[in-house]
Amino acid sequence: MDRRESLKILGIGSLQASLLLAGCSGRSGSAGQKAMPVELYGRTAQEAAYDASLHAETFFTAHERKTLAGICDWIIPADGETGGATAAGVVDFIEFIVKDQPPLQLPLRGGLGWMDITSRELYGRSFIAATRNEQAALLDKIAYPGKVEKDFLAGAGFFNQVRNLCTTGYFTSKIGLKDLGYMGNTPNAWDGAPEEVLKEYDVAYDPRYLHLYVRPEDRGTLMTWDDHQG
Amino acid sequence: MGFEIIEREEAYDVLIVGSGAGGGMAVKTLSDAGLRVALIEAGPDYDPADPEQQTQLKWPYQSPRRGAGTVRDIGEFTASLGGWKIEGEPYTNTKDTEFRWYRSRMIGGRTNHWGRISLRFGPDDFRRRSIDGLGDDWPITYDDVKPFYDRVDKMIGVFGTREGIYNEPDGFFLPPPKPRLHELLVQKAAARINIPVIPARLSVLTRPISKSRGVCFYCNQCNRGCSVYGDFSSSSVLIKPARKSGHVDVYTNAMVREVLTNAEGLATGVLYIDKTDLQEYRVRARVVVLAASACESARILLNSRSARFPNGVANSSGMVGRYLHDSTGAVRSAFIPQLMDRKRYNEDGVGGMHAYIPWWLDNKKLGFARGYHVELGGGMTMPMYGFGFGIQALNGKYPDKNGQQKPAGGYGLSWKEDVKRFYGATVSFAGRGESIALESNYCKIDPATVDKWGIPVLQFHYQWTDQELKQARHMHDTFEELIHQMGGVPNGEKPGESEQYGLAKPGAIIHEVGTTRMGNDPSRSVLNKYNQAHDCRNLFVVDGGPFVSQADKNPTWTILALSLRAAEYMIDQFRKKNL
Repeated sequence: MDRRESLKILGIGSLQASLLLAGCSGRSGSAGQKAMPVELYGRTAQEAAYDASLHAETFFTAHERKTLAGICDWIIPADGETGGATAAGVVDFIEFIVKDQPPLQLPLRGGLGWMDITSRELYGRSFIAATRNEQAALLDKIAYPGKVEKDFLAGAGFFNQVRNLCTTGYFTSKIGLKDLGYMGNTPNAWDGAPEEVLKEYDVAYDPRYLHLYVRPEDRGTLMTWDDHQG
Repeated sequence: MGFEIIEREEAYDVLIVGSGAGGGMAVKTLSDAGLRVALIEAGPDYDPADPEQQTQLKWPYQSPRRGAGTVRDIGEFTASLGGWKIEGEPYTNTKDTEFRWYRSRMIGGRTNHWGRISLRFGPDDFRRRSIDGLGDDWPITYDDVKPFYDRVDKMIGVFGTREGIYNEPDGFFLPPPKPRLHELLVQKAAARINIPVIPARLSVLTRPISKSRGVCFYCNQCNRGCSVYGDFSSSSVLIKPARKSGHVDVYTNAMVREVLTNAEGLATGVLYIDKTDLQEYRVRARVVVLAASACESARILLNSRSARFPNGVANSSGMVGRYLHDSTGAVRSAFIPQLMDRKRYNEDGVGGMHAYIPWWLDNKKLGFARGYHVELGGGMTMPMYGFGFGIQALNGKYPDKNGQQKPAGGYGLSWKEDVKRFYGATVSFAGRGESIALESNYCKIDPATVDKWGIPVLQFHYQWTDQELKQARHMHDTFEELIHQMGGVPNGEKPGESEQYGLAKPGAIIHEVGTTRMGNDPSRSVLNKYNQAHDCRNLFVVDGGPFVSQADKNPTWTILALSLRAAEYMIDQFRKKNL
């Protein structure tokens, strides 16, 4: 495959490309192209229309959304370096996913209602209007599945669900992926686990195989099977 | 639907229905020989390099549902248009059957998203009846197929190592990638209990084999379709170059209803419905090749009824649809405490495992007749929808970094830290085994139900037997033993008898084969040993249908080898004026 052609397809710059495209012949090309728009992710016309129809609907009321945002920022708050759940777009994600997966709608709506009812019973005001200390005290009653009192079981079930969605939403966001330290989804030449990692876990590449594994420097060399027998 | 059938004027030497592994290989081989070919595909065109269709290297946040499988069953970045359920294309099951039929309607079919695991069948896999008295022997041997496997290896590319294991034949291998950390840990644990772990065999280009395809750049996303064609899919590797020959006409969104035959009982072409204009069309050819997938090809044959072929064309034996069998499957994952707080690095690798466990035991001592292999999963993979779900089941069990035991669950920065600690600390084991092909497991036409094009649909009847249940139980024993040896903690409960030992529903593994099996006896088989219908010499089937038995291997490499062999037989028969 022509090197420039591959670059264009991948939409990446020339720096990574020199290693990556060692296998492609042809003259070296200029740097990559501009980034793809976010919404382009290989949808068929039907799929794109379905996404658009979900985006056009609104599920949560303004109050529900505010409550959800408050809870999500308790689950994953900002720290010194990294924004929290709402900064990561988690509420938008949950708004979308409940429309995409309607069975989630009842437990989330009901759960948000339960939070307000319970907060009013305990503190005389809705969850989002309660003080930070009051909010935390209520969350403490539903956030630890092993020690939930009977009257708070419904809240605990709701909290499990929100915690799952919030955690997924955060760690699949741009800032969450960085926070997690995920380093993939980028062209590279795999050459095994780093030496210090092998040492840490007391494992080694089998010497019987070592000469058989692919070497990054051979990635551009056409395979001929000269030394193979059928 | 229009009032009359529209006649396509072009006349073809060969008409091929379906563009997956079998169809793609037939298209490539026959068009290379200068024959004029029509390819008829029920879905749209597809090219993973087309920016409109590309999902490779997309980030989870580019999807509003973060990759969830709402729209596409196996995750929305997967290069598969279809799934176990397709709107307007139902199928039915008999009572007590839960067969699941996965279809991908697109150029390249299921080879766009498949696992790239490219295993040859071994000598024993072609003669199982001779070994254990169950099922039937194939009418061909490993030696008959070996030269074709060799050519497929070189034409398409597969990495692996020469191991000299009798029933896991070696081939022409590209160099394999080094195993990932968790694969090394499995290997070390397995060695203590004498279970072999060897480099995987995947059709991924670790080195170039031609100038028309790029090499793997290790994004772990083969299932999304490779935009530099660094792995095998029929669309990129076979059909794309074949179209450049000028000998191939491709009809997309064309749903074939039946094979047409004449008074002499020879095939003359097919009828299809164009999904875009709902008109019915007739295309004529000297030879018809079905490669629509094992079940879809059986459906077409059974729906091709005439005075001469009242039970469907090529079905005088009544065997069309019978002997349907899928691979067995069972899976268990485990948490590996040793892998908490891992150092971060890019561990993507190729789009699948770098090492696996081939079948290693002797069935004579086990109480079940056929083997299985084990696929390994794990690593610091890209977070997608579902990431972090259920960490509350783990974080109460292990002390935090400061040695403090916390209650399960929680929220706040300590919750976030816990999720990060557990990242990449899960391994999974997936057994994929051979089931026994049975005449009593079948698909047939459900006369009461039609799809949205008006075509009668399939009804499935499929029961696992004691053979498969015992094998699944053994898989789970193996998984637990491996997990124990690794110092891991199995997730969930070990499935027992009431859960069928965790045995996957038939169809779930997407290796269904056997519905148009080959054989020497025309009363017991549909095709001869060249994939040619006993009843109709210019009709061939080259998908998974012709399999007499599914080995404990994935079927694709054998579909490719047999399709190449059948296509060359056709070319020879054309030359001899027999077609």
